[in-house]
Amino acid sequence: MKILNFSSRALALVLAAFLAIPTWTQNAAPSSYAIKGGKVFTLAGPAIENGTVLIRDGKIAAVGAGIAIPADAQVIDATGLEVYPGMFDPITQIGLNEVSAVSATVDLNELGDYNPELVAATAVNPASAHIPITRANGITEVIAAPGTTGFDLQSGGLIAGQASAFNLAGWTMDEMQINRSVAMVINWPSIQTRTFDFATFSIKEKPYADVKKEYDKSVNALGDWMDRARHYAQAKEKGSPALYERDLKLEALVPVVQGKLPVLVVADEVRDIRNAVDFCSKQNLRMILGSGAEAWKVKELLKDKKIPVVLAPTNRLPEQEDTPYDKPYTEPSELFAAGIPIAFSSFGTAFSRRLPQYAGTAVAYGLPHDEALKAVMLNAAQIFGLADQLGTLAPGKIANVIVTNGDPLELQTQVRYLFIKGQLTSTDNKHRDLYEQYRKRPQPAR
Amino acid sequence: MKRATFCAAVLLFAACAPLATRAQNPGTIFIQNATVLTVTHGNIEHGSILIREGKIAAVGADLKAPEGAAIIDATGQYVMPGIIDCHSHIAVDGSVNEAGPAVSSMANIADVLNPDDINIYRDLAGGVTTANILHGSANPIGGQTVVIKLRWGKPASELPFQGALPGIKFALGENPKHSNFPTPPGVQARYPATRLGVEEVIRQAFIEAREYKKQWDDYNQRKAAAEQNLVPPRRNVQLDPLVEVMEGKRYVHAHCYRADEILMLIRVANEFGFKVRTFQHVLEGYKIADEIAAAGAGGSTFSDWWAYKMEAFDAIPYNAALMADRGVIVSVNSDDAQEARQLNQEAAKSMKNGGLSANDALKLITLNPAIQLGIDARAGSIDVGKDADLAIYNRDPLSVYAVVQKTLIDGQVYFDRQKDIAGRATLAAEKQALLDKEKKAAEAKKAEEKSEKQPETKPDKKKKPPQDGGGVVQSGVAGGSR
Repeated sequence: MKILNFSSRALALVLAAFLAIPTWTQNAAPSSYAIKGGKVFTLAGPAIENGTVLIRDGKIAAVGAGIAIPADAQVIDATGLEVYPGMFDPITQIGLNEVSAVSATVDLNELGDYNPELVAATAVNPASAHIPITRANGITEVIAAPGTTGFDLQSGGLIAGQASAFNLAGWTMDEMQINRSVAMVINWPSIQTRTFDFATFSIKEKPYADVKKEYDKSVNALGDWMDRARHYAQAKEKGSPALYERDLKLEALVPVVQGKLPVLVVADEVRDIRNAVDFCSKQNLRMILGSGAEAWKVKELLKDKKIPVVLAPTNRLPEQEDTPYDKPYTEPSELFAAGIPIAFSSFGTAFSRRLPQYAGTAVAYGLPHDEALKAVMLNAAQIFGLADQLGTLAPGKIANVIVTNGDPLELQTQVRYLFIKGQLTSTDNKHRDLYEQYRKRPQPAR
Repeated sequence: MKRATFCAAVLLFAACAPLATRAQNPGTIFIQNATVLTVTHGNIEHGSILIREGKIAAVGADLKAPEGAAIIDATGQYVMPGIIDCHSHIAVDGSVNEAGPAVSSMANIADVLNPDDINIYRDLAGGVTTANILHGSANPIGGQTVVIKLRWGKPASELPFQGALPGIKFALGENPKHSNFPTPPGVQARYPATRLGVEEVIRQAFIEAREYKKQWDDYNQRKAAAEQNLVPPRRNVQLDPLVEVMEGKRYVHAHCYRADEILMLIRVANEFGFKVRTFQHVLEGYKIADEIAAAGAGGSTFSDWWAYKMEAFDAIPYNAALMADRGVIVSVNSDDAQEARQLNQEAAKSMKNGGLSANDALKLITLNPAIQLGIDARAGSIDVGKDADLAIYNRDPLSVYAVVQKTLIDGQVYFDRQKDIAGRATLAAEKQALLDKEKKAAEAKKAEEKSEKQPETKPDKKKKPPQDGGGVVQSGVAGGSR
């Protein structure tokens, strides 16, 4: 955390903005790099002054001070810069959503309420303009989660499908993919008496009793699906393929009921969170709470049940009119203080690049800075079972590394070098291209 | 549920009342030992600001607190001009869009100001002191706009920024041509459905307005010449605001995205002899920054929003900086009650994206929107004689780590973080007491109903009414459950 020095800092930034930014793309890059001279934040231990990070064959090979640099390594001089693991945005629609209002470019919400067999990775578009734009801000890997929509109120079903983790660089999804299935997305049914009707552009009121009936029906159906998946697993285990009919939906739920695949339950209101926790507890499911705007009201419950929270964007309005004005800002620090694992997330596409801003705002309102770094770099990897591959600068992990000119959570900080899967990756993107193009436009003739 | 929220609103309102009443006679206030970000004449370390009768009376490093002045000690803190949000929809009681006509210039947002909107308080807590309140963008020519100060606790009549020129919202592109939401079944689609039609609607309206203006000019001329037996033209409340636009008495704030539609409106404005005051959103403004600058229009844009619709697909976060480089007066606005709470953060992004200086970044949310709204003689910088509209942060407001400590309007403290925090326990207790009281009353009512009903349970006839009884029972249930 630094207080900005107006004059010198501003000058440095002006200069930085016009300096050449490395433009290597991911083809024909050397397989070995040495990032030397920077302050290395491994997130696995104390920061290393004048440290070196060695990268070989896509993985981190060594990290420390005074490490010998192999002759074949391309040296990146990070003197005066800072080195971190890349940031991880764990709930996004990147690759599934190009232009939100144009349905032809959106593959988020399948018809029907129960679609456990659908997998985000199937339709992640590796050529999406969002990918280079997001990584230019230091986000190196994301999870795309079907059915999780920030703005669209008609989100995609109760069991929306499986979320996929991938690196933000690669020619095909096969090259980008980290894990095809990291969680089953469940949009917890909410008891909402007031809903916005797009057809008539007005708020529709429904009696509580009716809404509650619908809610109970949905929760019972969710329970039925889990029960049927258990029976299916038994039949599959004990019988031969001839004895059961293959069912893609039930097949997809088997790892869920066996506790191998976590459920990412998206819920905000305290009543919904309680009900979801109760359900998952009874069903013996591994629950991750997504969004959790009112998670601060059930800290004890979440801690007891060891449920991590993927936080809704910090920069949002309070849930209720009388909720303290800064509650969304203080929630991350309150959950952290209660011992609940937290990870920041954009829940979006275009705003994925705001991830560090969300963490920074939480620091302003009490979250320790080093914990905020973990909550954008490491914690999501732990929550989604990917910490053996990602999250810290440690030998053997995927070399997703960012080199910055300062605190990565601060608004003016630039990513100077970006490594994804151990390759120096361009920070060029559609936005910078348009900027360069139109900056050079000659004055029109009068 | 509904009642609980209402109670909460009352509670919050009550909590801020002491601040407001105390501040009714502001007197003399002295903010001392702060880093003062004047925006117009540099930053002053260990600076002080003297406020008298709601105005800035002195600013400097070597001021002394006058006898009897209320002291605000801002040691280690930063004072900047109150943030001005050039595009907001807070404090509007529902009616953001006037559905129906493509020209809804007769509608006035000032008629639906809601001083109890909690977002006024929330935005105040984000350092915002002034906001340009606009209609939505459903119509090529939308409704009349109003500039307000966020005087939380005051009635609607005291919100408007006195002396600020009123505006009118125009809208171009996908929204007025209804691209992104379906026309409900059974409803006829509304003209226009293309950008071509949008231009035609605006041009046609101004042709009518010009005719109408001519009628009035003729009438006034003949009246001035003492001609007898004159009949004044019939008033047209739809065209009156457009005449004001042509006379320079009302600003045009035009919602727009694509470069082509921006140039279109510049052409139409030239044809009818008016100027577009601001292009709002103006996400492709960077493509035609020279033309916007030459037209004398301002650009009020987002920091980094993009791709939420087709016309936002070429939006870039360098837009503000690039337009500013080409001489456009640029502001960064919110269009959203949350975004307004973080406008200091959004402004800071233009340092990273396009290399604006810290001071130029601050201008995006202070002096520049003040110029765009024609209130720069009164607001937008810390200068002697201007209104004492100030935001006090615990550190440099262009840092993501900055937190607003106090917000002042007209020299009155309307938001105080420490007081807000200190008051929360009392508010919670008051809310609980009200909820308990309500619960008790409901129980008492239930008991009463029960004792009244008991004798009635005997006659069987009443228990099974043939037809209309259903309604009676239903309404009884509904009343009891609330």
